[in-house]
Amino acid sequence: MLSANMTELAYLVASILVILALKGLSSPETSRRGNMFGMLGMGIAVFVTLQLDGIENYTWIAVAIGVGAIIGGTAAKRVPMTSMPETVAFMHALVGLAAVLIAVSAFLNPVAYGIADTHGVMHTASRIELFLGTFIGAITFTASLIAFGKLKGFVSGNPVTFSGQHLLNLILGIVMFGAGIVFCMNESSTAFLMMLSVALVLGVLLIIPIGGADMPVIVSMLNSYSGWAAAGIGFTLGNNMLIVAGALVGSSGAILSYIMCKAMNRSLFNVLLGGFGSDASASTSSAAVGERPVKSGSAEDAAFLLTNARSVVIIPGYGLAVARAQHVLKELVEVLQAKGVKVRFAIHPVAGRMPGHMNVLLAEADVPYDIVEEMDEINPEFSDTDVALVIGANDVVNPAAKTDSSSPIYGMPILEVTKAEHVLVIKRSLSVGYAGLDNDLFYMDKTMMIFDDAKKACEAMLHAIE
Amino acid sequence: MCSYGNCDLAAHAASTTEIANNTADPIVMSFTVFILAIFVGYHVVWNVTPALHTPLMSVTNSLSSIVIVGAIIASGPVEMNLATVLGLVAVGLASVNIFGGFMVTQRMLAMFKKRG
Repeated sequence: MLSANMTELAYLVASILVILALKGLSSPETSRRGNMFGMLGMGIAVFVTLQLDGIENYTWIAVAIGVGAIIGGTAAKRVPMTSMPETVAFMHALVGLAAVLIAVSAFLNPVAYGIADTHGVMHTASRIELFLGTFIGAITFTASLIAFGKLKGFVSGNPVTFSGQHLLNLILGIVMFGAGIVFCMNESSTAFLMMLSVALVLGVLLIIPIGGADMPVIVSMLNSYSGWAAAGIGFTLGNNMLIVAGALVGSSGAILSYIMCKAMNRSLFNVLLGGFGSDASASTSSAAVGERPVKSGSAEDAAFLLTNARSVVIIPGYGLAVARAQHVLKELVEVLQAKGVKVRFAIHPVAGRMPGHMNVLLAEADVPYDIVEEMDEINPEFSDTDVALVIGANDVVNPAAKTDSSSPIYGMPILEVTKAEHVLVIKRSLSVGYAGLDNDLFYMDKTMMIFDDAKKACEAMLHAIE
Repeated sequence: MCSYGNCDLAAHAASTTEIANNTADPIVMSFTVFILAIFVGYHVVWNVTPALHTPLMSVTNSLSSIVIVGAIIASGPVEMNLATVLGLVAVGLASVNIFGGFMVTQRMLAMFKKRG
């Protein structure tokens, strides 16, 4: 067995490898090597822990790891890329639950963790750390389960609001902290269990008022929570490896939440209060729909425009993934490229159901990542673009965000497709997007609507060109 | 800590009370590591290309399953009781995440290819 110093140094090596894993993600070329570093770091951490004094239950630990590996490995191979958001949400729930179980176990047997004196009385600092780790883990667990249910469709994606909701949450929050403080003072098991159960309920109540459109923010935020929960357990155990990994994950999730909020021009506070994207906001604009003239065309008309263009920018939205049109679209792109058309993709930060989701969906369809551009890179290029092809996207190309100060999405950064020479929009109907707003883009002179399913429209265009 | 010579006062003070007063509490050391790691995380994560934000989330998911270290300690004792069983369940849950997270990340990253 390693000496205490060697153990710490091994954890240091593992921590550095974990940092390198995140650093690798700065570009796709270095990312795969980075992921290997991450696995290596995690492997070192596990093996170092297994040889610690007092770890003797090897058979059962091996069984638990083996069962986990089989389940996790199978799921990783099978999960479709469109289901990544709910998968990630579910994984957050697992981390939260694991943190809660560890905390309860530490509470039951504090001597095994070295956080109590010989009489089994826990140190005050350990009680505080245990309290923090438990309640963050518990909230992460139930909140992630609800987020998973909403993304998967088990639970309605609509915000669930009732009067006195925020007051109830506030009271429960106070009760939770009160019970936690009592536990910290006298190690009462009643207070511990009360704190734990209130935290579990609070996790549910905090997420139900938040609508489906805000799920990217929530998934990022829960990512952050799962990190803080890990760091909390790290404080309890006095283990630097857990603290480092937890802090990295915590700050990563926090940054992603910030990026998502900024891309939707919302404050995190505003998202957490919930209620956005409910039916109430949808009804305001629906009266005008259907009264205004729309220019619609066939896939053949669209194909004609595309083949005669010098440059085309494609704006994919989640509707593309729902229609499973990525692969046909990729073929269409190749045909156009063969005809000398410059084709690029423009990705809004909130395209898809989680940060970077659309990039993964395109990569899965073998779209090379160097023709996929971020919003800030592509926006100055629209004025030099012949055709902007919008497929299954709506709010992220709504010019009201720039022009109409009364619009709920005013100020949200958008892809400025109106600057392109022609705009083609493939959409099944004139229905509103997640924000529940009508889109002026559809009624502009330069816009041609193709009312069809994204996959069928792409197939028809491909057919017309060939 | 202070260099020898200009810390006579401090050394004297320490020797007259307890040695322990001169070394920081473990929780303060943990807190130092925690804050420094947040700084590292902040700078590293802002450098992650937005195209890889989904793999970033799945890999950080694996990383937060480092709680497996705590779970292994919980399930360490050979005698089976509620504490060890909870620990073992936590080991299982965390390994689902570790294996699942790293493998799905690898699967996603393998999809990102350059033109031609």
